[in-house]
Amino acid sequence: MREKLIYGTGVFAAALLVYNLYVMLMNLPDEAAQGAVYRIIFFHVPAAWSFMIGALAAMVASILFLVRKDFKYDAFAAATTEVILVFGAINLITGMIWARYAWGIWWAWDARLTSMLISWLMYGGYLMLREALDEPTQRARFAAVLSILTFPGVIVTWNAIKWWRTQHPGPVLSIQGNKNGMDADMQNTLYLNFLAILLFTGILIAVRMRQEILRRELDGLRREAHSI
Amino acid sequence: MDTRNFTYMFYGFAVAWLVVVLYVLTLVSRERKLREEMRRLKSMIETGDRR
Repeated sequence: MREKLIYGTGVFAAALLVYNLYVMLMNLPDEAAQGAVYRIIFFHVPAAWSFMIGALAAMVASILFLVRKDFKYDAFAAATTEVILVFGAINLITGMIWARYAWGIWWAWDARLTSMLISWLMYGGYLMLREALDEPTQRARFAAVLSILTFPGVIVTWNAIKWWRTQHPGPVLSIQGNKNGMDADMQNTLYLNFLAILLFTGILIAVRMRQEILRRELDGLRREAHSI
Repeated sequence: MDTRNFTYMFYGFAVAWLVVVLYVLTLVSRERKLREEMRRLKSMIETGDRR
């Protein structure tokens, strides 16, 4: 049943992605000032939102692990963190490509870009910490604390364009309070692509979490094999 | 249409898809290794139990 749900969601997300690509490339006009390159936003922003929602979920799971000592929360936090690193990388790289065209430079050390890079590196550190510790309970406890301590950086990243004047563009969506920002059709495509990418994120987390549970079973089998 | 402009859009799209595809391939490869080790350990334990 779980497998069918994963495959079904995958097919739906893939179909939605294909539909969105068609709309992006065939239906939507070029942006007046930027031309075709603005379409990068349809992947750049949903990838960032997936990163941030995943970071929130990993933090909640980490708190639940520390409270309940149930390793399924640790597995969820580990799986989610690895997957959101992928979407964080997509956000950073697509942003750099857009910046190279729009600003003439690949990178600017402004508040939004820098805080996002630091958050991404911290979650990379979370995975390295997990690899460095062998004892499962210690690994889960230390990783949970690091995940909780890292999350405020994501809040700073989210609010950086409101708190500081940044090189990064300010809010362009109507849900962010900008009524004269992006065209409504473009916004709808952005939300639909966010839905597709969020579903895809969920599928990857489910697959990765299954591997984390499998790895724990393997640890048990290894101990059993050593005792023979 | 400005071709340079279109080229950067293509790079952005290509990177987004490429990163996801590489990660999915990593997941598939890791799953295969985990299942293989699981099978190997189970057969090792079964053989040990029979002795």
